[in-house]
Amino acid sequence: MSAAISVRQLHKHFGQVHALRGVDLEIRQGEFFGLLGPNGAGKSTLINILAGLTRPDSGSTAVMGHDVQRQPVAARRAIGVVPQELVFDPFFEVRDFLRIQAGYYGVARKHKAWIDELLSALGLADKASTNMRELSGGMKRRVLIAQALVHKPKVLVLDEPTAGVDVELRQTLWAFAQRLHAEGTTIVLTTHYLEEAEAMCERIAIMSHGTVVALDDKRSLLGRHPWYEVSLRLDREPAELPPEVVDCLSAREQGWLVLRLQRGSGDLARVLSSLHDCGLSVLEINTQEQTLEHVFLELTAGHHTAGVARS
Amino acid sequence: MNWLGLWTLFTKEVRRFTVVFMQTIAAPVVSALLYLFIFSHALSGRLEVYPGVPYPQFLVPGLMMMTIIQNAFANTSSSLIFSKVTGNIVFVLLAPLSHLELYLGFVGAALVRSLLVSIGVYLVALVYLDIAVAHPLLLLVFGALGAVLLGTCGLLAGIWADKFDQVATVQNFLILPLTYLSGVFYSIHSLPPAWQSLSRANPFFYLIDGFRYGFFGHSDVSPWLSVAVMIGANIGLCILCVRLLSRGYKLRS
Repeated sequence: MSAAISVRQLHKHFGQVHALRGVDLEIRQGEFFGLLGPNGAGKSTLINILAGLTRPDSGSTAVMGHDVQRQPVAARRAIGVVPQELVFDPFFEVRDFLRIQAGYYGVARKHKAWIDELLSALGLADKASTNMRELSGGMKRRVLIAQALVHKPKVLVLDEPTAGVDVELRQTLWAFAQRLHAEGTTIVLTTHYLEEAEAMCERIAIMSHGTVVALDDKRSLLGRHPWYEVSLRLDREPAELPPEVVDCLSAREQGWLVLRLQRGSGDLARVLSSLHDCGLSVLEINTQEQTLEHVFLELTAGHHTAGVARS
Repeated sequence: MNWLGLWTLFTKEVRRFTVVFMQTIAAPVVSALLYLFIFSHALSGRLEVYPGVPYPQFLVPGLMMMTIIQNAFANTSSSLIFSKVTGNIVFVLLAPLSHLELYLGFVGAALVRSLLVSIGVYLVALVYLDIAVAHPLLLLVFGALGAVLLGTCGLLAGIWADKFDQVATVQNFLILPLTYLSGVFYSIHSLPPAWQSLSRANPFFYLIDGFRYGFFGHSDVSPWLSVAVMIGANIGLCILCVRLLSRGYKLRS
């Protein structure tokens, strides 16, 4: 079975900027895949190349086994892309617009019922006869999602689909995305909301400076982070903390000590023992598991600094 | 060939201009008729360019071709630059349409709009002028060649331009002067020899001269030369346009 998306040694320059620096990536069929990275990391460039909107300098990309450069028509049939920008055609009503999109793919008549289903599932049924320019931003975003799905693509790319949208749309979108995923659609998600990626995606790639700096399943990626945080509330404010605590103290917040401990190192036992030796009792203890955000920040550390330095 | 995709693009482009019918069809018809009324009033009875053809009748084919030229160019160029500036060009670029299908869809709609305007001018002129058609087939051939040529020019301008101002520059400083200097209002035989030679270098001259032959059976140069020049120009520009589309020039970064 061919990969849903295959990317080999992809390079792209925009003038002096080396946007993609030899990206290699393989997304399996049926995956819910997260593509993360700070602004300017190269995510949108990669997506635009997959969609055929941008041409690479070198390297190859394939969607469902169809080479994007050599078999562009077949590759475009296999992929649906929700663009990041809120673009729309002001000449048409919502249903007309979707029919036109379906017509481009040669499926307008065959997918008539599917268009109705999309309108209903995305909460657009009562806006079907509304002109695109009269829709709110959130509604336009829903139409963009529907247009990416009119031809029932095997691969759906959601490029920051929840940027600036309300909670209701997010919930509608994620419920619908999960339904499509359950039906076998491969979904590629880029988002700045890391908790969304953590909740939805099975595998995650993190990009920085035009390269993939991490690519793993979610558990392994989270497991890479060697630290976890423990918050302790003591029975009294100590005059002096034992050195075992000071060494790993990251913050003191409203009577709580926040400690950053290394996983599997025995740090917690040493801390508790030292506190006990000083006659201090622990009243409450909270453990905070590492999040994708920690991993993300660690892997992309220096991205913004480097960006500023370059500019 | 993605026939349904091509048909969808073509009908979408046709609907795009019919939605604003007053601006895209009615207004150009009225403009052309104003030229006809003013020049007819000023020059009627003073000029007879071809034997037995009064000046108002002589003027009608020129004005019809002028509307074909201007509207075919305007349709493709405005559609493409509008889509580029607003960003909705992405919907066409994401679709599984080949370069040739893109070309045919856009130019086909330009052909329909320009012929509709041209037929509108003719029908209104018929109300008070007696204009017979000597060679209807040739008339159709020149009308189509002109519409396709200028539809292609508009597409090229739309591909090249990054803003509306650049399209307007091409329209006002290239298309409009070439149209007015191609013999819309006169026969080039009335010009000094040097200007006659210069006029023959203007491709729009062959369109108008051939189109006029379709009406009166008279022309300044052989209609077959005009057909040959126009077919050559159409093939050349079509190849250029499809190549630019296939390279994604200024469309796919």
